[in-house]
Amino acid sequence: MNVVLAKTETAHAKSDIKSDILAVARDRLPGTGKVADLRRQALEAHERLGLPHRRIEDWKYTDLRVLMREVLPLAGAPDAAALKRAAAALKLHAIAGARRVVLVDGVFAPSLSETSDLGKDIGIRTLHEVLEAGDAALQAQLFSPDNSDAMVALNSAMMTDGIVIEVADNAVVPRPLHIVHIASGAAPAAMFTRSLIRIGRHASATLVESYIGAEDAKAYQVHDSLIVAIGDGARLDHVRLIEDSREAFNISSAVVTLGANAHFNTFGMNTGSLVSRYQAVIVVAGEGSRVETNGVNLLNGRQHADTTLFLDHAVPNCSSNEIFRAVLDDRGHSVFQGRIIVRPKAQKTAAKMMTRALLLSDEAEADNKPELEIFADDVTCGHGATTGALDDSLLFYLRARGLPEKEAQALLILAFVGEAIESIANDALRELASLAAQRWLAARS
Amino acid sequence: MAAVQETVDRVRRIDVDQYRYGFETLIESDKAPKGLSEDTVRFISAKKNEPAWMLEWRLEAYRRWLTMTEPKWARVDYPRIDYQDLYYYSAPKPKKTIGSLDEIDPEILETYKKLGIPLREVEVLEGVVRPEGERRIAVDAVFDSVSVATTFQKELKQAGVIFMPISEAIREHPELVKKYLGTVVPTSDNYFATLNSAVFSDGSFVYVPPGVRCPMELSTYFRINERNTGQFERTLIIADKGAYVSYLEGCTAPQRDENQLHAAVVELITHDDAEIKYSTVQNWYPGYSEGKGGIYNFVTKRGDCRGNNSKISWTQVETGSAITWKYPSCILRGDNSRGEFYSIAISNGHQQVDSGTKMIHLGKNTTSRIISKGIAAGVSQNTYRGLVTAHRKATGARNFTACDSLLIGDKCGAHTVPYIEAKNSSALFEHEATTSKISEDVLFYCVQRGLSQEEAVGLVVNGFVKDVLQQLPMEFAVEAQKLISISLEGSVG
Repeated sequence: MNVVLAKTETAHAKSDIKSDILAVARDRLPGTGKVADLRRQALEAHERLGLPHRRIEDWKYTDLRVLMREVLPLAGAPDAAALKRAAAALKLHAIAGARRVVLVDGVFAPSLSETSDLGKDIGIRTLHEVLEAGDAALQAQLFSPDNSDAMVALNSAMMTDGIVIEVADNAVVPRPLHIVHIASGAAPAAMFTRSLIRIGRHASATLVESYIGAEDAKAYQVHDSLIVAIGDGARLDHVRLIEDSREAFNISSAVVTLGANAHFNTFGMNTGSLVSRYQAVIVVAGEGSRVETNGVNLLNGRQHADTTLFLDHAVPNCSSNEIFRAVLDDRGHSVFQGRIIVRPKAQKTAAKMMTRALLLSDEAEADNKPELEIFADDVTCGHGATTGALDDSLLFYLRARGLPEKEAQALLILAFVGEAIESIANDALRELASLAAQRWLAARS
Repeated sequence: MAAVQETVDRVRRIDVDQYRYGFETLIESDKAPKGLSEDTVRFISAKKNEPAWMLEWRLEAYRRWLTMTEPKWARVDYPRIDYQDLYYYSAPKPKKTIGSLDEIDPEILETYKKLGIPLREVEVLEGVVRPEGERRIAVDAVFDSVSVATTFQKELKQAGVIFMPISEAIREHPELVKKYLGTVVPTSDNYFATLNSAVFSDGSFVYVPPGVRCPMELSTYFRINERNTGQFERTLIIADKGAYVSYLEGCTAPQRDENQLHAAVVELITHDDAEIKYSTVQNWYPGYSEGKGGIYNFVTKRGDCRGNNSKISWTQVETGSAITWKYPSCILRGDNSRGEFYSIAISNGHQQVDSGTKMIHLGKNTTSRIISKGIAAGVSQNTYRGLVTAHRKATGARNFTACDSLLIGDKCGAHTVPYIEAKNSSALFEHEATTSKISEDVLFYCVQRGLSQEEAVGLVVNGFVKDVLQQLPMEFAVEAQKLISISLEGSVG
């Protein structure tokens, strides 16, 4: 694009996945007939595209051909030892009061999950079950994400398990549902999961997703996706916590659809993994709906985290608000790409996006691309983006009042990320996110 | 208020289909055969009596161009351009050597009159004495592709400023041209810049020697005249240590059915403590109201703040062209250098604008400021696309960006695509963008006080773009204000 920017090297081998990977893993992949066909199509799409690289606009700042190089082979199904390691890791990340559903190495672990006494308001099945013997409509919905993105296609081809949650109309689910992804093994391997949550009309629920690694798990790959359908008048609160091993890769996608007068509140916090990418497509398809997407990246070392949000306003009278914060130390690299499209019919849309990055080190990098595409005139849309270091005058103020430098910094950083954390509706979860931020700050000094 | 009234009166007189500057001058022209080949490049080079090194430079660019593909990333949509169906060179027949305006083809002079170029130069030539200290403008007129008149040459010469068509500069100052040409926009930069490097016909060359403040505003009027002629200007402006120059560029073109390709390259270079101010008012033919015709404007403009404490400022008012693809940029290489970009981009009818800037912070304590005002009306698409980047060593880099879009009508689109990249903790970047329509309350307020709907819109829009208009030299600001209202005519009611 420019003289001073070095020309792109695209010499990396395009074939990043062994073409026989599907054959090797076939007996592990649920579903036959139509499902197998869809997998084949998805794999072909992925092979055609190869791993995303910087010449693909959406992946401009996250070149997987350089960062990830290859897709690891499918992780083996967890044995008793693996489950034991997973259980140990789980203890540190349990959320009080939540109903836990655990995936170990990409496979549902009933012994670690709480799926009894569900009542009539909520149904929980595994992806394995649904792909083997579910109804065709649900299977089609599970394959709805678009194969045009190479990593989504890969996930569609390889998904082995996941959680399918259905919340009945008018149900109010009191306990948060907590999906925990645990990598148990020391051997480098990849897990491929896909989950789905359907919220019935006028129902409400809270979903938490955690990504963690057992003590020995190091350089594993998480390939996850989530499909969310929120019915008319329904509400979903969603929290993602990425606390993977610091050598791990986490490539996740989400497709969210909102009905009329629905409310979707989502918050993501990333302190773990070496390279992570979260790409969400949020389609506001019903009038009078509201979306809040917020996130915090706390990165140091050589961590790279990419949040790519695509908010699609297709109907009138909806609002959306995005608040995103990144705190970068050492050689941390944070990417935020937020695209808001307001389609011609979506009059009276109010869309706001604010992204801010705090650079604590000269080697850190923050890339922001807040994009607006507006096709309707009666709208109020805006975005803001700032990048900078901690305000010296604020630091001075605190230090003048006797706070040591690190503490003063921590206080300011906590306030900085607090704006995003405050958006979490559930008190316990908000507290959890805040504590995670404090832990990160404590580990800094 | 008076200015607004004047604008409104003017709007009334002009029908949207009757492009004010849509006339055609009938003069014989000296054309290269249709199509592009090495022979075309040789023809152009020979026409210009260029030295061998220049021909080689062009040919190299041409060969490079053959290996490139047209960029598709911009949000513009146009039928495929057949590069073999264009004329790459046309020049008015030379009439001996031109010593004064009297000798210029009277038809050309008439054209300038219609263009509204006041040609203060005419007064000068007729011996009109102007009061001391009044601002003056030197015009180097590019009529189609050849500069036919250069005035004020003497005074500039006294100051040591070189201001001449680039074709002349290649012959007369080869050392300067060789040293700077292609150093900001290399021949391999992008598809259109490479094409320009191969076939550029003419353009302006400015060199301001160390410590000189150019005594007048330099100005060039571009005009696309010959049917089916792509125009490829090349402008090179160098401000040596401590120099200052302000350069104005204004464009109009005749009404046309077929699309005309325009791929200019502008290179600016500032050394230590130097400053260049570059202003553009672009009002090329935007096409008929149903979206046929109009100019395709693919321009590469880039400035290089090579020296410490240097400054480059771009100001643009973009109201014309069917397609605008233009990103005037600043490479802030020198410490404490400063880049500015002020832009008004107005699209109406079927126009498509994809414009913005790049601020590349490389040196320490470099600052940049971007003020972009986009106004979309009719069924047009208006995109701001910008990059702000601070490299590792750009300690203390500072950027402020504000890009606001105004939508008039519900069939147009306004888009913002900013890239903000910070690789230095002391870099401080602020970016804000808003998109909205003119508030009903404000319009109601104006209408209630006796303004017509159109006057009210004119008033609000002029207020909306005021920040940028203030950056224009006086001569342009008045013209630009009128242009803005004319461009929006037919968009309300």
